[in-house]
Amino acid sequence: MLNEDVKLMAHLMRRAGFGASYEEIERRAAVGYEATVEELLHPEGQPDLEMDVMHRYMHGWRDMHGIMANQGYWTYRMVNSSRQLEEKICAFWHGIFCVGDSKCQKPKQIQIQLDNFRAKGLGNFAILLLDLAKDPAMIYYLDNQLSHKDAVNENWGRELLELFSMGVGMDGAPNYTEDDVKNCARAFTGWTISNAIPRYPYGFYDSEFLYNEFDHDDGEKTFLGETGNFNGEDIIEIIAKQPSTARFVSRHLCNFFVADEPQVPAWQNTPPMHPELITELEREYYRSGYEIRSMLRVLFNSDVFKNSRFAKVKSPAELVASTLRLTGTFSGPAPKMYEPVMEIRYMGQDLLNPPTVEGWHTGAEWVDSGTLLERINFAAGQMGATESPGVRAIIDRLGSEGIEISPDRLLDGCLEMLGDYKLNDETRLMLINHAESTGASSGGTDAFAQQVGQMLQLIVSTQEYQFT
Amino acid sequence: MTSLKKDPVLVVLQLSGGNDMLNTLVPYTNPLYFDNRPNVLIPEDQVLPINDDVGFNPNFESLKNLYDDGKVAIIQGVGYPNGNRSHFRSMDIWHTCEPEIMASEGWLGRAIRDLDPNQENVLTGVNLGRGLPRSMAVPGVPVASVGSLANYGVLTTIEAEEQRNEALDIFARMYSPAIGLGPVMDYLSQTGMDGMKGADILAAGVADYSSAVEYGSSSMSQYMKNIAQVHTAGLGTRVLYTTAPYNSFDTHATQLSAHSSLCANVSRTVSDFYEDIKEHNASDNLILLLFTEFGRRVHDNGTGTDHGAGGAALVIGDAVKGGLYGEYPSLEQDRLDNGDLAFNNDFRGLYATILEDWLGLDSKPIVNGSFEKLDFISKG
Repeated sequence: MLNEDVKLMAHLMRRAGFGASYEEIERRAAVGYEATVEELLHPEGQPDLEMDVMHRYMHGWRDMHGIMANQGYWTYRMVNSSRQLEEKICAFWHGIFCVGDSKCQKPKQIQIQLDNFRAKGLGNFAILLLDLAKDPAMIYYLDNQLSHKDAVNENWGRELLELFSMGVGMDGAPNYTEDDVKNCARAFTGWTISNAIPRYPYGFYDSEFLYNEFDHDDGEKTFLGETGNFNGEDIIEIIAKQPSTARFVSRHLCNFFVADEPQVPAWQNTPPMHPELITELEREYYRSGYEIRSMLRVLFNSDVFKNSRFAKVKSPAELVASTLRLTGTFSGPAPKMYEPVMEIRYMGQDLLNPPTVEGWHTGAEWVDSGTLLERINFAAGQMGATESPGVRAIIDRLGSEGIEISPDRLLDGCLEMLGDYKLNDETRLMLINHAESTGASSGGTDAFAQQVGQMLQLIVSTQEYQFT
Repeated sequence: MTSLKKDPVLVVLQLSGGNDMLNTLVPYTNPLYFDNRPNVLIPEDQVLPINDDVGFNPNFESLKNLYDDGKVAIIQGVGYPNGNRSHFRSMDIWHTCEPEIMASEGWLGRAIRDLDPNQENVLTGVNLGRGLPRSMAVPGVPVASVGSLANYGVLTTIEAEEQRNEALDIFARMYSPAIGLGPVMDYLSQTGMDGMKGADILAAGVADYSSAVEYGSSSMSQYMKNIAQVHTAGLGTRVLYTTAPYNSFDTHATQLSAHSSLCANVSRTVSDFYEDIKEHNASDNLILLLFTEFGRRVHDNGTGTDHGAGGAALVIGDAVKGGLYGEYPSLEQDRLDNGDLAFNNDFRGLYATILEDWLGLDSKPIVNGSFEKLDFISKG
């Protein structure tokens, strides 16, 4: 029987990272919950991934020009990095500050942006926004290089407010006016890039942020009730102190780390699912001076978080990466490494290429009949490979429990090893009956290994395994 | 479906990468063609003439036969304003009918929703290939996406047959609609059952398929064969889709040899497909649309051509009024769009024709507006 510390640790690792093997969960539970939260919140304290060997085999991972190389590299990091929250927060911001390869056609430039999310994603929100405003991939994606003093393009100015910081409204009221959008966009004229992004015809080169003061509208602007000759930095400073920004960031953190909320456009008129936690996070946003790390410390240590187990549908990246972390099969160069990477795309999440600037629809909307079959077939295929180190470890661990393992214990043992999954009563009964029908076998035998493998396959095929 | 009249069916074959209009539909008597294509040209004597101005690529022989039978409508100069030269973005635009903003709803997903508003058939829309093209994706609209028809279904990754059968039996019971487990769990259960049902119906439906036609071995040919299998199984599928391998038409270099074999493959595949459904007495209620995201640069680059604008689309079927539609875009220097053929035919008009005159749907909410239709569907 698992003790509560282990169960809670399994939950934390699924949310603050991409899950963990049973051994890792036990080890971390022994260290303690709050200490583990602190370790996760400071990924820089852990060694970064050693990439020399991978670079020798995965040639594309050095220059990072192809979308597949970028997706493969990121998947590899999700599965193998000991800095789990670094990759999780990177995925968090990538789902909000969306930039897509379908327009940029230069995934390396997006990877540079992701690297910044890795480095600063747990830091100060205002700095993150400012970096985003100067990010070449974002500038190109939202056309800000086409926004001129005399011909303002409002694309970036609008999305900065609507999607990246404040949201259209809260508590039933709008957060800003069309004039605010116009003036916001004016303040960012002249914020451009040194090289247009698409690669043709002169080959590959990185783009750089460029401030062109001659193309900047430095006239007076009124923005959210304040008036001045605002430049982009001033606008971001004003945005960062808005209560709507505190709310929007808090709600996004809850939606991503705690429990699936309705889709973002509904937030103006739908109250948050956990208002008390949102209030705490808003308070921490101001108290800490906009520090995401501080907000997450409050979040992970809250009872709401601890009690929100399996309240989210796994994203495709979570489903694939967490399954691979359980099987331990994606840890070094191997043939067909891109197959699981492609699965993430088949399940509806083309990393570095979200469908629109609004990002992916999450929660239950990840799932349709096509993607559900992909999810089930992928997970069952992985778990059936009893020679995989992670599956082997589960078999050995359960086998060491005794000579004969009862059907109940076989099921519960597998559920525990996968990270304390819970099944509904009917499914439980069905799986126990199934284990009974195949007959008891002794640990250490091939028959037992087969039995565990089958049980794992059935568990990852359930509705329950779709949740995190 | 008790009426004797068969429901109209649309099949789409997406030619990804940007098919070269100039060498598909060759303006073989226009000196400007030869001026612009010093290296990447089809010699006049090899062209299969359609009229005195244009002719098919020499590898389009079997397609030319279908054309001569009056079953092929050629939509010339098709595109949209301010053509985007990015494959992905341009394909998005063709998929979502939104050239100005990034949109996420696909036109065929919307059509499927309108064809089967109560979601009575889990196979109203079927894609052949892994992952759903954006054109078929609309949240809440189920579409089967079949990577391998021979091996499509639940738990196909369990190899041992007996073990898989046991697992399937448990799966069916696990996912049988539960009560009171919460809306998301119920939704997942229903979705799992839909997926399984669709897979079962497909497997049973195509089991008896046989044909005298022998398709080629390319993935495009095999997927078109799969489409014929699904269509002839009479499962009520109304929209079927497949994509020629990832950007294969992107002929920046060594175009002449690459494009020849692409054309030969398309031509043979299409005529095999037509033969097949004809043999099964199932050709009268189906039209096939072939499109690409853009044409290619008018002037060649030495051995290939770069991304361009206006292209050509083909609509093929018994119900199609064969012939040339729209105008061939001018090759005059001052009438080019940044060195590319200017479009003169908005693709949303092509879609509107298919949606309204073939599928009997209101096209405006699907293609986001009113566009001039073409008259290539025979009313009858």
